[in-house]
Amino acid sequence: MISEHIPALQVVVPLLAAPICFMILNNRMAWLFATLVSWLSFAMAIMLVMEVKDGTVLRYEFGGWAPPWGIEYSVDILNAYVLLIVSGIAAVVFPYSWKSIQKEIPESHYRIYFTAMLLCLAGLLGMTITGDAFNLFVLLEISSLSSYTLISLGRDRRALTASFQYLIMGTIGATFILIGIGLLYALTGTLNMADLAVRIPPLEGSRTLEAAFAFLIVGFGLKLAMFPLHLWLPNAYAFAPSAVSAFIGSTATKVAIYALLRFLFTIFGTKFSFDYMQVHWLLMPLAVVSIMFASIVAVFQDGIKRLLAYSSVAQIGYMLLGISLVNVTGLTGTLLHLFNHALMKGGLFLTLGAVAYQIGNTRVKSVAGLGQAMPFTMGAFVVGALSLIGVPLTVGFISKWYLILATLEKGYWPLTVLILISSLIAVVYTWRIIETAYFQDRPADAPPVSEAPLSLLIPAWTLIAANLYFGINSSLSTELASSAATMLFGGNL
Amino acid sequence: MSSINLLIDIVLLTMLVFTTIAIVRSRSLFAIVMLSGIYSLLSANIFIILDAVDVAFTEAAVGAGISTVLMLATIGITGYEQKKRRTISWIAPMVVVVITGAVLVYGTLDMPAFTDPSAPIHQHVAPRYINDSPTEVGIPNMVTSVLASYRGYDTMGEVIVVFAAMIGVFSLIGIREKKSEPIHAEPPARPILQVMAKFMIPFIILFALYVQFHGDFGPGGGFQAGVIFSVAIILYTLTFSQQDAMKLVPPWVLKRLASIGVLIYGGTGVVSMLKGGNFLDYSVLAHDPIHGQHYGILIIEFGVGLTVACAMMLIFFAFISRGDKNP
Repeated sequence: MISEHIPALQVVVPLLAAPICFMILNNRMAWLFATLVSWLSFAMAIMLVMEVKDGTVLRYEFGGWAPPWGIEYSVDILNAYVLLIVSGIAAVVFPYSWKSIQKEIPESHYRIYFTAMLLCLAGLLGMTITGDAFNLFVLLEISSLSSYTLISLGRDRRALTASFQYLIMGTIGATFILIGIGLLYALTGTLNMADLAVRIPPLEGSRTLEAAFAFLIVGFGLKLAMFPLHLWLPNAYAFAPSAVSAFIGSTATKVAIYALLRFLFTIFGTKFSFDYMQVHWLLMPLAVVSIMFASIVAVFQDGIKRLLAYSSVAQIGYMLLGISLVNVTGLTGTLLHLFNHALMKGGLFLTLGAVAYQIGNTRVKSVAGLGQAMPFTMGAFVVGALSLIGVPLTVGFISKWYLILATLEKGYWPLTVLILISSLIAVVYTWRIIETAYFQDRPADAPPVSEAPLSLLIPAWTLIAANLYFGINSSLSTELASSAATMLFGGNL
Repeated sequence: MSSINLLIDIVLLTMLVFTTIAIVRSRSLFAIVMLSGIYSLLSANIFIILDAVDVAFTEAAVGAGISTVLMLATIGITGYEQKKRRTISWIAPMVVVVITGAVLVYGTLDMPAFTDPSAPIHQHVAPRYINDSPTEVGIPNMVTSVLASYRGYDTMGEVIVVFAAMIGVFSLIGIREKKSEPIHAEPPARPILQVMAKFMIPFIILFALYVQFHGDFGPGGGFQAGVIFSVAIILYTLTFSQQDAMKLVPPWVLKRLASIGVLIYGGTGVVSMLKGGNFLDYSVLAHDPIHGQHYGILIIEFGVGLTVACAMMLIFFAFISRGDKNP
């Protein structure tokens, strides 16, 4: 009986857990409760993946009203895959949070932190699972408002400006998305995604449809930090509390990419998006510029979190590049990179959280000598960095391999060269940190440091180990990603 | 559309444009807040012309009402004048705005005409809402039917948006409760205002309750009622003192109630799940599906009203407990 409600519970459980968490007076209890909820969501996501792996689509009608009159959730292989990423990262970051926030957030704000984390998790899961365009917007608002809150909790006062900047940019993005959805509603009279997909193709040539398309692309472009709309991202990731950087950095932009894919492929359809609007000729140059520009900027950063944030902009560039190749291999690369990038950036930000816990900041200079003082933490960082570069046996290699194959398949060899060059730049910017950590001595006047506590190391190493595991045994992620990509290109499984 | 409506539309939209220009040009935050209130009131009027009275009511209560009060409380903290800042280039923003506007105009050129009865917006999902909601949901106000039942899950999301906003305010500024040292050492006696407020508050609360429970039949519902209710307490706070108001409605109670409001809404969904329906399927709540819908809508609207009222009061308390920079 309960299993048929899993699609709804996937979102409703964390959503209703948030007000309950706000009422729990004991901080530790609030944390345990939130952690339990995050594990429950992860378990539900695994169950959903199991059920839709063979290509079945699960539907859930809210209020018992059939779509398009009511709101439906529809789970296919693509969004089950994204649900798995989001809830999986949450299941690692929530337990990590307790120790990490003790040095970053005042004790009076713990409850607010966990409530906002639950809201953010529910919002992101809801955006992913929903089959209704307006419902996506509502859940987008929940996830955005809670991310602004979470970022503003950062210790540095600049977190407030960063959060405000993100709020303004994010709100503009959300407004654009709302205008786009509104125009689609005016044209079709429906908000249901599957119904929109049926009613849009005959409208090709309508200017309103073109305008809706443009607004949605720019709106999601802002949310996913597509160059040159990425300006909010570096500060937001750099000044947020460590656990928040790890969670938002590895999930929020992924969900925005998912939403973009859903609109491009399912709602507008490949024929309209690529044959008629030729959107890949917009995405490709932007992707190329963001890969090169953000990688180079990352080299010159003093703060490691900021450096990784710029690297994220470059990684988003890879994902957009995969979409712009308009072939199944490229899209598989994009989807794999959603998964893999979440693992590597999640792992790296968690590692940095452990560094911040022990030495109070994460500037490149400050990690001098930590290779000896914190061997497990810095070891995790090295593995994460190798994955970011794309060394074989790590997940980074798998997604780059698919992207390179896709560029070759298309015969766009300059893009192949681009991917290789940008990987070399990634070597440069990660090497700066590793060199400082292992080959420079800690200043004599610096206070002694010891290894980070296990409650931080275990979650960090969990994600780092996943980088290796899915790098060696990539069958789960590649299977899911390639069947999702085939499905998006219209091939029924 | 009759020509008188057209004339009213043109006048209202023109006023809207002038209000916007005035907001952009003004440097006085106080004037900007007031102009924003006027902007919302004008929008509410336009919604009335469009026959969207529910939307108009919400816009008037939220946009012109509580937002203005909250923004006034904010500039109480920040000061009334915008700081002088170095002039920033207006070219880039102008280009963005012009392009956005151009795309919008381009997009509306062949949009289905506004009153065209054959437009898809009137042909696809709307007929069922209009024709069947009285028999399926059983309440006369079809806007409430759509909002609370057909698309009740979105409305739950919107309540959680209010809740999330409240969490956001608490993360930035908590409510300062200085019992020993009141913010106004001696609450100034304002006999006329206080008597008038005491006279008005019961009626405001009564009206809030009317809006709350009349939502099934006419414009209204939990969002508007919650806002109106909170305005009664805000009026009390302004004319008496924050200490008095917080004695009347202690913040710790409000915080719980705001959470409970969300849980009442969500709990209704969980109960309908337990009774064998889908989440938020009110039909299973009673033997007769129509009764079930009635109960469901009544309960969730109560949850909405509770959360909105408490969240608004708390946000207001948070702002004014920061003190007033303007003597």
